Amino acid sequence: MSILTGFFAVLYSLAGIVLFGGLAYRTWVFFKTPAPLKIPTTPAPTTRSGVAFRLVREVTIFESLFKSNKWLWLFGWMFHFGLFLVLLRHLRYVTEPVWGWVVLIQPFGKYASILMVVGLVGLLARRFLVDRVKYISAPSDILMLLLLIGIGLSGMLMTFVSTPDIVQLKRFLLGVMFFSWEEFPASIILVVHMLLVAVLMLIFPFSKLLHSTGVFFSPTRNQVDNPREKRHIVGWALKLESGDKR
Amino acid sequence: MADFEVPSIKEDIIVPHINPGVMEQSGPFVAKPDHQEALGFPGELVDNWQEAAVAKMGDMLKKYRSLKVFMDSCVKCGACTDKCHYFIGTADPKNMPVGRQDLFRKVYRRYFTLAGKFFPKLVGASDFTEEVLDDWYNYFHQCSECRRCSVYCPYGIDTAEITMAAREIMASIGKGMKYSNEIIGKVYKIGNNLGLPEPALADTLEGLEEEVEDDTGVAVKYPLDQKGAEILLVTPSADFFAEPHVDGLIGYGKVFHEAGVSWTLSSKASEAANFGLFIGSYENMRRISLRIREAAIDLGVKRLIFGECGHAWRVAYSFLNTLAGPFDFLDQRYPIPQHILEFTLGELEKGSLNIDKSLNDDMTLTFHDSCNVARASRIGSAPGSQFETPRAVIKAVCNNFVDMRADTIKEGTFCCGGGGGLLTDDLMEVRVKGALPRMTALKDVVENEGVTHMAAICAICKSQFSKVLPYYGFGMDQIVSVHQLVSNALILKGSEQESEQAEAEA
Ligand code: HEM
Ligand code: SF4
Ligand code: SF4
Repeated sequence: MSILTGFFAVLYSLAGIVLFGGLAYRTWVFFKTPAPLKIPTTPAPTTRSGVAFRLVREVTIFESLFKSNKWLWLFGWMFHFGLFLVLLRHLRYVTEPVWGWVVLIQPFGKYASILMVVGLVGLLARRFLVDRVKYISAPSDILMLLLLIGIGLSGMLMTFVSTPDIVQLKRFLLGVMFFSWEEFPASIILVVHMLLVAVLMLIFPFSKLLHSTGVFFSPTRNQVDNPREKRHIVGWALKLESGDKR
Repeated sequence: MADFEVPSIKEDIIVPHINPGVMEQSGPFVAKPDHQEALGFPGELVDNWQEAAVAKMGDMLKKYRSLKVFMDSCVKCGACTDKCHYFIGTADPKNMPVGRQDLFRKVYRRYFTLAGKFFPKLVGASDFTEEVLDDWYNYFHQCSECRRCSVYCPYGIDTAEITMAAREIMASIGKGMKYSNEIIGKVYKIGNNLGLPEPALADTLEGLEEEVEDDTGVAVKYPLDQKGAEILLVTPSADFFAEPHVDGLIGYGKVFHEAGVSWTLSSKASEAANFGLFIGSYENMRRISLRIREAAIDLGVKRLIFGECGHAWRVAYSFLNTLAGPFDFLDQRYPIPQHILEFTLGELEKGSLNIDKSLNDDMTLTFHDSCNVARASRIGSAPGSQFETPRAVIKAVCNNFVDMRADTIKEGTFCCGGGGGLLTDDLMEVRVKGALPRMTALKDVVENEGVTHMAAICAICKSQFSKVLPYYGFGMDQIVSVHQLVSNALILKGSEQESEQAEAEA
């Protein structure tokens, strides 16, 4: 077994644990932190199903972003939708047998990478061209976009120019998942691609990428607008009620 | 008129290029020790303020999901950057919602995240230095907690929540704001923001009764502390004498009179406003709210109705049940609490009010949606009723009504510039500049649609506009109460106007 295989096997084991463990933990913190007051941004739905629908609109069509800024919406949506398809396409590397619908979307997933990278370049351009956005961008915000562009470009190179040994890659990945390591199909582009992805996985739970689960816990979006109909009170607030209320 | 440059109204609402630091010196007076102590805060900046502030921040991050999620979720996309009226009016990038949040976030990242602990420069984290505290004090008092930014953020990040948390932290280390804290002290001591004691209040109400009787010949009552009344009306204390607020109060009384219900004001809860919201203090907000519960119990009322006030309605509608509920001793057939406009619209629909719309024909109206009503409440049962109910009432009592530009009303409404505890003379520059987008939209309908007056349902908006309209070349009396319009058009049973109407028809 080569050093490269060992390195990537360890790296991806670690990255997987950090990504899923970290994200689960951070999301758990969101979940258990109480929201003492009703603060939905109104007009807001008055039922739970209405709220579910509002959240679905936020994560599929980026409703609030659309109200806000059409260019940003366009680039953001291109990137996320592209990323979404690309991720689905990648499922074939980690499932055996490959699910039927994953096979069906393969051709779309292929071109989704273009959507994704164009979107990312648009987002990056905004960070330099719009003075307000430039002002709020920290180095990490720009590096994050460069990282994603790097992932996208290296991936596209493999899809459209020089395809690595995908069958062996799949053996390797399944091996990492099920603890029986297989040889890593070394190729320069694949090494770069997989390194960048590992970096993304490792920083995910420590970065603003927490917006991916945060959006579901945002009280201005996930609360039902019914404060007059139903009393809302959390534990720490209830404790204040000892004795001073008639 | 001003020792700063008043912005000129352009054709359109223009997003300025950033101008860092222009507003960094602009902050309100700091609370004096007795203002602070009356609210349970330390009198002056404590010695270990930095440590205390970070500890308080940690505590709040555990108590408020909004704060925690908002700190972690912002992607710096910039969608909110052009949405704040204070940024539009001042061009200071720390008045962009995310710019304001980042003052908080950089401290949060430094002390509470791994990335900020190990790579502060990379992620824009910073120690809580004295300069940072100064920025906090000044820029968190250039936010009116209007929530406009939260409408447009892809995650609903509400800068108001962060402003409130920052103010709570500052108050807890001894650096509170004079205006809000002094007023809350008055509420505890005397019962209302203006410090109007019971005898003065009784006197004022008697004066109103005389005035209405002189005008109409009908003895409309404005009762105070009347036990056993059906309805307790809680209204902002500005309604007791400020113009145009008091004309609104006159209107509520007439509507109750015509509806034939018994009602009363309370000297104990002679204030709807709840500045506990502005300073982000749950405890103070709760203590202020409990007065209303106690007054309702003491007076034995069955219903609770709130007068025209924006943030007060947010606290009443969204929080009262939480802070001072449950209200199982009130009549459950009515909303608890109810907005005066819900009551009036109900009466209009029943046909119990004799309205002559032509009495408002000297005016062409537009309506300013108040932030807290628009983005944090309903006035009616359906989502969006907070926009429709006031317009329905205005249209029921006036012939001439025009809305302002669509992106400046309803959920996208621009703040008057004086909300969130900024309605103080020491913040005049911020107030005037923050009013620019609203003034731009108003000028448009004044010039193109012949609008003469703007109606509002918020005491702060009314006071702010009375003060700020003249800076932009309008008259201070161009702002009116919605119930003033109702009052103008309402013909009381048995009044002189009723007999004139009968004669005219005969
Ligand atoms: C409601 C759903 C979501 C919305 C509205 C949303 C919106 C955004 C926006 C506006 C950006 C900023 C782009 C920029 O200007 O730099 C962004 C970045 C990003 N989002 Fe999302 N996002 C959502 C969900 C997700 C999910 C579920 C993922 C899951 C993997 C995700 C992954 C990313 C990544 C990787 C970036 C790029 C990082 C960066 O720009 O720093 N997003 N998102
Ligand atoms: S809440 Fe209103 S005043 Fe505060 S930052 Fe947002 S838009 Fe500006
Ligand atoms: S819109 Fe929301 S996520 Fe985007 S920069 Fe503003 S606060 Fe951050």
